[in-house]
Amino acid sequence: MTSLPTHTEKTLGLVIDLDTCVGCHACVTACKGWNTENYGAPLADTDAYGAEPVGSFLNRIHSYEVQPENDAPAQLFHFPKSCLHCADAPCVTVCPTGASYKRVEDGIVLVNESDCIGCGLCAWACPYGAREMDPVEKVMKKCTLCVDRIYNENMPEEDRQPACVRTCPAGARHFGDLSDPDSDVSRLVAERGGFDLMPEQGTGPVNKYLPPRPKDEIPEFDILSPYLAPVAEEPQGFLRWLDKTLERVS
Amino acid sequence: MHPAPSIILFSSLSGLGFGLLTMLGLGFPDVSGWVAFVFFALGFALAGGGLISATFHLGHPERALKSFTQWRSSWLSREAWAAAGAMAVLGVYAILIIFFDNRVPVLGWIGAALSLLTVFTTSMIYTQLKTVPRWNHWSPPVLFMAYAIVGGLLLAGQVGVATPLLVALGVLQVVAWVDQEKKEAASDTTLATATGLGNIGSVRAFEAPHTGGNYLTHEMAFRVGRKHAQSLKIISLIFAVVLPFVLLILPFHHLFAAVAVLSHLAGVAAQRWLFFAEAKHVVSLYYGR
Ligand code: SF4
Ligand code: SF4
Ligand code: SF4
Repeated sequence: MTSLPTHTEKTLGLVIDLDTCVGCHACVTACKGWNTENYGAPLADTDAYGAEPVGSFLNRIHSYEVQPENDAPAQLFHFPKSCLHCADAPCVTVCPTGASYKRVEDGIVLVNESDCIGCGLCAWACPYGAREMDPVEKVMKKCTLCVDRIYNENMPEEDRQPACVRTCPAGARHFGDLSDPDSDVSRLVAERGGFDLMPEQGTGPVNKYLPPRPKDEIPEFDILSPYLAPVAEEPQGFLRWLDKTLERVS
Repeated sequence: MHPAPSIILFSSLSGLGFGLLTMLGLGFPDVSGWVAFVFFALGFALAGGGLISATFHLGHPERALKSFTQWRSSWLSREAWAAAGAMAVLGVYAILIIFFDNRVPVLGWIGAALSLLTVFTTSMIYTQLKTVPRWNHWSPPVLFMAYAIVGGLLLAGQVGVATPLLVALGVLQVVAWVDQEKKEAASDTTLATATGLGNIGSVRAFEAPHTGGNYLTHEMAFRVGRKHAQSLKIISLIFAVVLPFVLLILPFHHLFAAVAVLSHLAGVAAQRWLFFAEAKHVVSLYYGR
């Protein structure tokens, strides 16, 4: 059913820290790997070694340069983006077949691949570019929040997290229940002022982004610099003679 | 948005086809026997052919029947119902006219209403998308229906009504283009809101996530040059409105009428190409386009 649930028992999602992401793309690789080997159609690539490689990914890392108003140096941010598991997911309601749905138990937005006709309308409806049609299977692929890991009792407990979260070497991705105000992720969002992407689109994204911490503003000053001023511009005495001789020889 | 040929063909042909079916349902022209057969065959061929070409766009056309299930929430599903309903009702209506010389007006009216409803649902698939500001606008439903009605009148040979309506259609189209432009320019979704980094300074896409293209850049980050778009707009107006108008005010000739219809169809196709090519999806912001 592609009508949205009015309420979900849990609100599972990710919190992504733009201050700590180093742009290594480890989560991209982990996500591609996990979701190619497990639930659903494998994430295909076409022309992988050719001139125009194209593939489906559920998580991608953009980079943005931000130029502050006050002429301070520009700052560079790495920007991971995967499905935000929106509360008011427009991708779900447009689906004609019921393949796209939002789970009542935990709010995860999923695609039932055997019902998907590959019309692509849901990808048009998503403002974030979180859905990609698989180039080989021709069904819609999107982040599953690693639904086959987080409840997987065959895995050691520390691995029952999304592959991207588990793999991030910088600890920039966090997973949890955002409907529980005492969860780690909710506390992070409260402390750091987590925000929504494109709030004006009215999608009510569950995933939150943590803003970069403000840069320190230390005036450019170095206590050692007076002592490091060049003592003599031109070499004197023996060095001067050596310099001249070498210049003539060369 | 990427102007996929199958979708452009679908919306131009089926719009015209359902327009003609609307007129036939209303009894214009009031024909019977073989003449009726030809008219209905043309209407069904255009409408049905358009629908079939749309299924070429699907990744899994063999599951297309599943799209009848979600009419409560999805405009695409409602389109499937309206189209099937219109074809079924008008199919019965046509059989009664052609083989039994029996016109049942009520069936025709219902069929006409369903035909127009089909065009409306098609337009709502685009209009509902907040992600494409140019489409999220009053104009797609109004324009799609207007083109269907005028095209239908042309095909049905209703020259008297079609001629003034062509002029109105041209004016409507120009107003819509201007207003869509405004709507897109006024969109409050920017790279600043997309990244949430706007409070630090001005944001610029520095590096894409990958060196090649992907489904999103192929499907949604299509951009057409402004100058190119302007000249195409003029061409589409000439073909869809000006040329048919001139041909219709000349002394009537079947050849003129046929050329007028073909010219109109070419103009509609150009207009639909632009409808996609000019529409900017907000996701292209993430890719710095
Ligand atoms: S991010 Fe996109 S795909 Fe994910 S729930 Fe929101 S609208 Fe749907
Ligand atoms: S591509 Fe599949 S999941 Fe998306 S709207 Fe079409 S049928 Fe639904
Ligand atoms: S939660 Fe899983 S599917 Fe989603 S981006 Fe992370 S690794 Fe990929």
